[in-house]
Amino acid sequence: MATDYIVGIDLGTTNSLVAYMQGDSPVVIPGDDGLNLVPSVVALDENNQVIVGNAARKYLIETPERAVYSVKRLMGRGSEDIQEELKLFPFKMADDLHEGEVLRIKIGDRTCTPPEISALVLRQLKRNAERFFGAPVTQAVITVPAYFNDAQRQATKDAGRIAGLNVLRLVNEPTAASLAYGLDKKQNGTIVVYDLGGGTFDISILKLHDGIFEVISTNGDTHLGGDDIDNLLIAIALDDIRGDRGIGFEDDVRRNGEAVARIRKAVIEAKIALSSQPTVKLDVDLPGGKKYQREISLEMFEQMIQPIIDRTVGPCKQALKDAGLKPEQIDEVVLVGGSTRIPKVRRLVQDLFGRVPHTDLNPDEVVALGAAVQANILGGGSEITQDMLLLDVTPLSLGIEVAGGVTDKIILRNSTVPASATQYYTTQVDGQTNVAIHVLQGERELARDCRSLARFDLKGVPPMVAGMPRIEVKFLIDANGILRVSAREQRSGQEAEIDVQPSYGLTDEQVENMLLESFDFAEEDFRQRQVIEARREADTILVALAKGKKNHAWLELTNDERRNVETLEKSLVEVKDGDDYHAIREAIDALNQATMRLAELMMDTAVSTALKGKAMDNTEIEEGPQAGHPVAKADFE
Amino acid sequence: MSGSLTSGSTTSGSTTSGSTTSGSTTSGSTTSGSTIIPGHGVAEATANCWSCGTMRAAQFCSSCGKVQPPVPVDYFTFFGFPRKLNLDTAALEKEFYALSRRLHPDLFAQANPEERAFSLEQSSMLNDAYRTLKDPIKRTQYLLRLEGIELEEQSKQATEKARATGELKKQVVPPDLLEEVFELNMHLEELKAQKKLGEDDPALLEEIGKAKLSLEEKYDALLNELKSEWARWDKTIDTGIEEDRRKILDKMLDVLNRRNYIRNLVRDVNEAMES
Repeated sequence: MATDYIVGIDLGTTNSLVAYMQGDSPVVIPGDDGLNLVPSVVALDENNQVIVGNAARKYLIETPERAVYSVKRLMGRGSEDIQEELKLFPFKMADDLHEGEVLRIKIGDRTCTPPEISALVLRQLKRNAERFFGAPVTQAVITVPAYFNDAQRQATKDAGRIAGLNVLRLVNEPTAASLAYGLDKKQNGTIVVYDLGGGTFDISILKLHDGIFEVISTNGDTHLGGDDIDNLLIAIALDDIRGDRGIGFEDDVRRNGEAVARIRKAVIEAKIALSSQPTVKLDVDLPGGKKYQREISLEMFEQMIQPIIDRTVGPCKQALKDAGLKPEQIDEVVLVGGSTRIPKVRRLVQDLFGRVPHTDLNPDEVVALGAAVQANILGGGSEITQDMLLLDVTPLSLGIEVAGGVTDKIILRNSTVPASATQYYTTQVDGQTNVAIHVLQGERELARDCRSLARFDLKGVPPMVAGMPRIEVKFLIDANGILRVSAREQRSGQEAEIDVQPSYGLTDEQVENMLLESFDFAEEDFRQRQVIEARREADTILVALAKGKKNHAWLELTNDERRNVETLEKSLVEVKDGDDYHAIREAIDALNQATMRLAELMMDTAVSTALKGKAMDNTEIEEGPQAGHPVAKADFE
Repeated sequence: MSGSLTSGSTTSGSTTSGSTTSGSTTSGSTTSGSTIIPGHGVAEATANCWSCGTMRAAQFCSSCGKVQPPVPVDYFTFFGFPRKLNLDTAALEKEFYALSRRLHPDLFAQANPEERAFSLEQSSMLNDAYRTLKDPIKRTQYLLRLEGIELEEQSKQATEKARATGELKKQVVPPDLLEEVFELNMHLEELKAQKKLGEDDPALLEEIGKAKLSLEEKYDALLNELKSEWARWDKTIDTGIEEDRRKILDKMLDVLNRRNYIRNLVRDVNEAMES
């Protein structure tokens, strides 16, 4: 059924991709620019139209105040814990931001929350998939860094909802990658996935057992990746500029968004080039006709980035320890994320685990491909995925605050999800009807050092003598790694009411409001786009038919066939400029069907012409009436 | 009014997560919360299937195969194992994988909301049960709790009291360790004093290292001691003779407490040597 497409989405810090399962193998769906990677960049053009992806990149340089990138770094975070990011990234916060409120970022003269900006990227991917399928896409699997906490996961899910997607599952990125790798190598063993992306680092250790992908331990750093290398190189460049031209000029450059964006672009290109060549020359135009030029050798580069990539060692060792494994017990190591293209990173991984890591799948695409596999499993599976099952874990311990500001851990990290724990509470004062519960996530002893997830108020506890009520609170981490809570007063049997106040996140109502706005547009957009695209297709087929009629093959058709084609041609011309998508679609399909034999005859002609050694008219074949059969056409490309 | 909370008579202590089943019964006004009355779960487990009305097993209907809402059975029953401590972990793993293939929420993504909810709860219970039973210590602790022995009660009360008064929590030293611990503490005091002065005495470090090694050996030996109690416990299950059970349980509790004590001690030694 056309409405049943479930896509897999890698919502990355730097790039995002959408993929789906085509038969037995996952494939990435390209954008209308033909490229697989959609840069996670959102911009507003001069008419306040939203631009996403490659087309938005030029705004990063031309009008940096109207473009946003790396917004994933802000997902699920509060204003107090992003001060470091603000020093390094040109995020501009809304002026009227209050403490405890969800972040809002300025983009042009609008302000948006991080989930809304991510939703724009997701909407673009959704559209790319819809264009590809010619049908609406409403269900998706979205990947998140394994080390994302509850708030970051919730924010990602919210972004999906805002984009009009039913998020069937959040899958951890390294686990998704292992699915893509495991698809054709159905073998048992212990594998490590080392995932260093644009903004996040994850390490996961999995046990593969007859199609079950069981995560044993995971660790990571949600603020470590290629971005950090870029920022370091920018800082070094600015230092150089100060050294060469004085602090006054450096200040000018620093304050000039366009100049910084140019430096950024140059250092990223340099970083990429250094993965395949020994030296690289930086050459950046600065304000006032000045230039910044420098040569960086691979050796210097590796020295500079050493402290950054060394930060991945601790999480790797911890993951091994938690799994109770020694490096020599690891069978395979898989590299994921663009930053693992850096030779120095590969050597580090090789030294850590004592084996050459796998790199056969494109590290930029493997996560999206794995998400497509998981999407296929959730959709009911196919022959190749029917034995596959993912058992993932929660990356961080879940706890509650108890007397003295101490964290009482109730679900330990690396527990397979879904996982649950039941706690019992009572009252301290006679007649007390509310009990406040503070839910925490993290490994630290003290509540203030852990991540505050939410405060729950149990309300409607029947008034009793202190200590009498017995309130059962059940904490459940679902397969997405997201917490659910339910509560019941056991003596009275009364369901206690839970009032959730997410510490950093959107309320359901806020999401709902954002959703309705963009949803309306999306539906409207989709219908319009459908009509426009169908018209384009109609034009293509009409042009091709006009050409076909001049071909010798036209005369080989019977009179009836020719009459039939011309009748259908006429009716397509009649409906194609109307707004009725279905009418256009039907007319296209009917004409396609009727011209099938003409197409075949033309192919024969073309082949025999080619055999006779004459030049083949390529354009005629490519634009022939079979343009409406994307599969048939692909054979000749 | 909203009062601060007391993590009251909790049953899920710091040692295990999800150590209570979802529908645990309240047995009177005692502090033990999750004692499952033997036989109770079994009665529930054979209730009728929500979908076709015939008899059901703990997880699925034996007739139509539909997933069922979870029932308050203990973890051993959930896996269909007797309440024995010498457990075939390979069989447990096999069963865990087999049940995962039938209960995991991924298999119910297209099902109706009711079945999705059942799958979520059953699958979380499966994971909680597997996590508890596969680990020898957690398994023993869980059995003790099932048999009405509250492990953490003592330690928890002591901790809360210590927190309330701001005093250091007093540890009861197992008698057979008294001498060793006394000596070790002296050495550790000495080490602290030396570190303050910036001195370094390799002989002292060696002494402490030796003591630590001896403690670690004892720690490992306790697992074997525990396992011999397992064998005695399992025998009472086979014979159905109940008289010795309490004694065996108490002995296991004693072993676990000593083990905990040594673990904390080793941790303290490590901290002292690292700082």
